[in-house]
Amino acid sequence: MMSETTIDKKKHRLTWRLSELRLGRAAVILVPMLWLAAFFFIPFLVVFKISLAEAVIAIPPYSPLLQWDSSSAYLTFKINFGNYLYLFESRFYLDAYLSSLKIAAISTFFALLIGFPIAYLIARSGPTKRIILLALVILPFWTSFLLRVYAWMVLLRKDGLVNDVLMATGLIDQPLQILQTEFAVYLGIVYTYLPFMILPLYTSLEKMDLNLIDAAQDLGAKPYQSFFLVTLPLAKAGIIAGCLLVFIPAVGEYVIPALLGGSDTLMIGRVLWDEFFQNRDWPMASAVAVMMLIVLVGPIMYVRNSNKEVE
Amino acid sequence: MSAFPNPSAVQTKSVPTWRQQDAKPFVQIEQITKQFGQFTAVNSVSLDIYRNELFCLLGGSGSGKSTLLRMLAGFEEPTSGRILIDGVDMTGIPPWERPVNMMFQSYALFPHLSVEANVAFGLKREGIKSPEVNRRVSEILDMVQLGHLAKRKPHMLSGGQRQRVALARALVKRPKLLLLDEPLGALDKKLREETQFELMRLQDELGITFVVVTHDQEEAMTLATRIGVMNNGEIVQTAEPHEVYEYPKSRFVAEFIGNVNLFDGVVVEDERDSVSIQSPDLDALLQVDHGISCAPNQEVSVAIRPEKIYISREPVDIEVNGAMGIISDVAYMGSQSVFKVRLASGKELRITQPNVSREMGSRLTWEDNVYLSWDPDSCVVLMS
Amino acid sequence: MKQGNSLTLKFMSGAGFVFLYAPIIAMIVYSFNDSKLVTVWGGWSLKWYAELFRNEQIMSAAWVSLKIAFISATLASVLGTLAGFVLSRMRKFVGKAMLTGWVTAPLVMPEVITGLSLLLLFVSLENMFGWPAGRGVMTIVIAHTTFCLAYVAVVVQSRLASLDETLEEAAMDLGAKPTSLFFLITLPLIAPAIISGWLLSFTLSLDDLVIASFVSGPGNSTLPMVIFSKVRLGVTPEVNALATLMIVAVSIAVIAAIVILHRQSRYNDVNK
Repeated sequence: MMSETTIDKKKHRLTWRLSELRLGRAAVILVPMLWLAAFFFIPFLVVFKISLAEAVIAIPPYSPLLQWDSSSAYLTFKINFGNYLYLFESRFYLDAYLSSLKIAAISTFFALLIGFPIAYLIARSGPTKRIILLALVILPFWTSFLLRVYAWMVLLRKDGLVNDVLMATGLIDQPLQILQTEFAVYLGIVYTYLPFMILPLYTSLEKMDLNLIDAAQDLGAKPYQSFFLVTLPLAKAGIIAGCLLVFIPAVGEYVIPALLGGSDTLMIGRVLWDEFFQNRDWPMASAVAVMMLIVLVGPIMYVRNSNKEVE
Repeated sequence: MSAFPNPSAVQTKSVPTWRQQDAKPFVQIEQITKQFGQFTAVNSVSLDIYRNELFCLLGGSGSGKSTLLRMLAGFEEPTSGRILIDGVDMTGIPPWERPVNMMFQSYALFPHLSVEANVAFGLKREGIKSPEVNRRVSEILDMVQLGHLAKRKPHMLSGGQRQRVALARALVKRPKLLLLDEPLGALDKKLREETQFELMRLQDELGITFVVVTHDQEEAMTLATRIGVMNNGEIVQTAEPHEVYEYPKSRFVAEFIGNVNLFDGVVVEDERDSVSIQSPDLDALLQVDHGISCAPNQEVSVAIRPEKIYISREPVDIEVNGAMGIISDVAYMGSQSVFKVRLASGKELRITQPNVSREMGSRLTWEDNVYLSWDPDSCVVLMS
Repeated sequence: MKQGNSLTLKFMSGAGFVFLYAPIIAMIVYSFNDSKLVTVWGGWSLKWYAELFRNEQIMSAAWVSLKIAFISATLASVLGTLAGFVLSRMRKFVGKAMLTGWVTAPLVMPEVITGLSLLLLFVSLENMFGWPAGRGVMTIVIAHTTFCLAYVAVVVQSRLASLDETLEEAAMDLGAKPTSLFFLITLPLIAPAIISGWLLSFTLSLDDLVIASFVSGPGNSTLPMVIFSKVRLGVTPEVNALATLMIVAVSIAVIAAIVILHRQSRYNDVNK
């Protein structure tokens, strides 16, 4: 039997050590947490704050929300909803949002259409071939995004390879204007975001038990039936994840419409960029960003939650 | 030669420690409860384990045996109750400070370290100097016959070799208590038997107390000095293997370990050294040669093991402890045959007979009318 | 397998791969084109490579970008490993759901929003505290670290999720305290994930145009900013040469990484 005092001493030693452990744990949690709070979360609050300011010609080019006038001892608190009102009043912004959503949605659809067979083929290949094909999909994703978009500029020009080939085969006799059209923007988005579609599709297809297809066919399903009744429903998670990973960044895309699109290709990312860099209207750019975030918050939360399920 | 204490001096083979009245338990588990949210994984378990025992915790999945083991190792903190090892309260002591080592079901060998480095890992954590570490590592590797594979990485070993590395890695620290989680689960049948004896040899040689968790009753029977049968987070019986088999305390234990025929009935006659029980399944009276403390007309079950029932075509006295029936099924299993016999009441009994003769002709077969009988001391009365 | 080998499937995915690679291959071929007119073939030549290395503006921007990419990738690897570890190994704590969101959201956040919000943060901070004084390499590093951190965290987290947790328990059981457990067992086992996270961060940082455009200061143009301003005006052959060099470098790195990961995954499955 232990005496009371030795038990007490032991307890003391234990709590001391446990608190030391807790301290270490807290530090490990806090470091990334504080970083992300400071440089990811708080910036959104700042954007929101500035979206309620007015553009002024000063450094920085926006008005403060709170102002202290020491001579009259007035504290003025000024909130400007004008930017948001303007967003809704002006056809221009609304059109830009709608056109962004439309372009992103159509591109996502085509990315799925092109990505699915590739993902399926990879998932059904033998181990060595699978790694090689996977590498082939990942490789472009690692090479410069900007340069890949630029590569299409070279190809799509009036005197570019695509027009040359089309003319040589006699399909057309005048070079087509492909560059600086909405079509080029679709092409660019599908092209650059394709790996984002293929990888989650591949992951969900790879997990699928091949016996299920055999079982379905054994039970009398024709190949196309087993595809629509078994394969596709089981790949649902991958399809949704892939589509969102393409759709969300595509909505806010700037580089692709800037390089491949024409001046009439309206996309909200481009509007934000111009508002900021050309017009130097920071509050308006902020309001555009806040609205974009509100539109995208649903899909973003969905991605987050599905990520949590995987965990 | 060996750094471990000579076990023969410690262990008295004649009277096991746990049967001695005043023996001091080595591991004391006192009223341990573990809850995960609403779920109670281990419910108020108390258990004493003695030095040099090879104690088996036997139970199905979800019986709480693994949780109990993890609490011994320190991976889970009990919700209430405490564990003492060699007299020291383990409450709040993290795994890395406990005098306990574990052999994991998956072996949990560090894939980036060689066999040698895996085994040395624990010793280095104690701050032991490297000549000493090397000496002890090679000693233990020789003991499990893996000296020649010391430089290999785990992925270059066979399943059996990995198992021995895991064992060596846990043993080399000379723990007071070695925990083994399904130690033979991943091995094929032949290797299992070999390893069982190997484990018993090592335990005997090193004099370390083992606690083994298993769901395999055969494994528990061959390995254990004592078995703790677990069900729904509770220990339902703690006893030596033959006791658990021959004298199960409850229907659950009787049915969980081996096969058993059960008759439900009521007590009709209660003497000091015998009981008579009438079962609706049986015309004859069941007579048991040990007294029980019960009320008259109490409902009980009587358990009879399949190998304790005599079966023959010749008529025998079946007024007490006997029955007549028809063979409904026969399974030839080489060393023995299993018969299913249907009684007039519709009840089916299971009977095993050793195949003493090689001749097929004289054997009992389908649709044979047979007489069954058993001895009063073959029956066990179960109150719960 | 039967389905996997059908001809239509092969044709469709073959066309997909052509779509993925045709522009890249065309760009590589054009980089050896002797002609000034990018799209007219004038014979093989290395002149655009020479031209590229003589271009002071591109070279100095490349140096700035490499520096930023190196620092950001390293910082992001440290912070991202911590975040991934916290998310997959620490049981419930206050703010875990929030941290999960903060780690995942930057992966899909449109770059224009990230860039704008960070710039506004830096400007506000400068107004209030006088820090950071002006914008340049440091602000770009902070911005890149933040979004690369998310990639590292996700890679590390998925590696940890597939890692047998009993390995860590075994180490504790053998006497390893949390710190030595992390450095002796966890870290070596997730090292491939951290390395690929670092490589990914490095290339993402090297490639980023939008965020850097927002948070960079005058005179601190990164390579993508220079390329962008050049290609906006039209096709420039040096950029073909630059692209080819980058693609070759990246291909070698990716292939090496895959080989290493493949080898690792083979022996890590030992306990399963």
